[in-house]
Amino acid sequence: MTFTFLMQNLINALQWGSFYALIAMGYSMVYSILMLFNFAHGDIFMVGAYIGLGVSLGLLSLFGTGAAAILPGWVLLVLTILISMFLTAFVGIIVERVGYRPLREAPRASAAITGLMIGIMLETGNILFLGGQRFKFPQLHQFIAHTKWGMAMRAMAYDYVVVPLVGVPMNTIAAMTFAIGSALAAAAGILFGLAYPVLDPYMGVSFGWKAFVAAILGGRGSIMGACLAGFMLGFIEIMTVPAIQIMNRLFSLNIGSNLRDLIAYSIVLVILVFRPHGLFGQAYSSKLRL
Amino acid sequence: MLLNVENLRVSYGKIKALHGVSFNIDAGEIVTIIGANGAGKSTTLRAVSRMVPVESGSAMTCMGKDLLKFPPEKVVSELGITHVPEGRRLFGNLTVMENLQLATFARKDLDNVKKDIRRVFQIFPRLEERKSQASGTMSGGEQQMLAVGRAFMSGRRLMLLDEPSMGLSPLLMMNVFQALKEINRQEGTAILLVEQNARLALKFSQKGYVLENGNLVLEGDSDTLINDPQVKKAYLGG
Repeated sequence: MTFTFLMQNLINALQWGSFYALIAMGYSMVYSILMLFNFAHGDIFMVGAYIGLGVSLGLLSLFGTGAAAILPGWVLLVLTILISMFLTAFVGIIVERVGYRPLREAPRASAAITGLMIGIMLETGNILFLGGQRFKFPQLHQFIAHTKWGMAMRAMAYDYVVVPLVGVPMNTIAAMTFAIGSALAAAAGILFGLAYPVLDPYMGVSFGWKAFVAAILGGRGSIMGACLAGFMLGFIEIMTVPAIQIMNRLFSLNIGSNLRDLIAYSIVLVILVFRPHGLFGQAYSSKLRL
Repeated sequence: MLLNVENLRVSYGKIKALHGVSFNIDAGEIVTIIGANGAGKSTTLRAVSRMVPVESGSAMTCMGKDLLKFPPEKVVSELGITHVPEGRRLFGNLTVMENLQLATFARKDLDNVKKDIRRVFQIFPRLEERKSQASGTMSGGEQQMLAVGRAFMSGRRLMLLDEPSMGLSPLLMMNVFQALKEINRQEGTAILLVEQNARLALKFSQKGYVLENGNLVLEGDSDTLINDPQVKKAYLGG
């Protein structure tokens, strides 16, 4: 059990956690404003990764590589992330416009099912058409706490019916929320693509659900909680493997490391037993409307 | 004429709430609609602020512009028609100051915004004391003051007031109505007031309409209406 082995796992955990954190923040962001979980969000992460791939290939062909490069590599990376976030934000806006806006007055279950369906459409759409630096979280928090857009988002979370009555365009705010959440997913998608350059249409499914777990673990609607829980989940998941190895050696057991997810999510379950509202979630009663 | 409403018809599903209501408001005028529970008073206000869809044949114009062409947020930001809804409906998770600031979302004249916030605090000194407090934790009277202040910040050509006296002590009620009169006099803001308390509403206003089961059955000067035997019998307790 060398130092480098531990360091490597730590780095992996941070990286894995950052994917979960970015996706989970998108879940939480949309939930905190619109009171619904966008179940297509994992697939927006996938779309973001593909868009990132397309944009980086496009930029490389335009500005060249190696000795002929016009722009240094890091500039290309930053450009890729920014452009992809921008484009993926539009995907989010379209999802909100087509999938969720017509259902704003409908029961929550209808919106949830729509989300799942949009997710499947994004996956199959991908198959049909293609054959199959981290966004700083404190800035997001500042944005929501202190700008007029953030104020409008919080107002919408409280009583969306009244929002237009004070002259605030509700649909624009809803679209903006989806745009930011989707841009975060795009950033995660690109970071993922950099580390694991194999993209597939279903990559969003398992990531999406695990990030959803992180959003719940962080506390529904808490962006800070989602970020922290995302890293925590990544840490638990990655560190379970070396922990199993150590246990096996110390007690001469023979636990397979394929039990990783079972063990990791049992830990999550235990945490939720003691903190049912998640790490930073408010008890439901504090959201009660009079 | 500031607002002209012709043949306004609204239904909730199969239930007809308004059967072709017509009325008008002049600039700076205070107009009231009185009527029993369920007569359609709140629906009338909601139709003007575009919160409920109207049926074809209905026509509303504000200063000659077709009001039905404006989405709800533009009715506020471009026409200056604000709606103080029944039960106040403040953003309880936002502070007093944030509620006021949010109401200026669409405004570009940032210098005037500051002046207007000072003006609101001048009209309702209580709100300045509470400016950093979450608005949901304030008393009913303070919340009503903030609801009026919030409307004041977003536009002031016409204020639609839905039961502003509801749940307030007589003293606080007088307080709120005095402030409304002041806003009306100094800013020239027209007011369309909907009230259960018909005596209060008729004393406060210049013109009145009586709404019964979705139809306007009587209209006239408030002074005349308050002495009308029919109105006295039905709405003023004899």
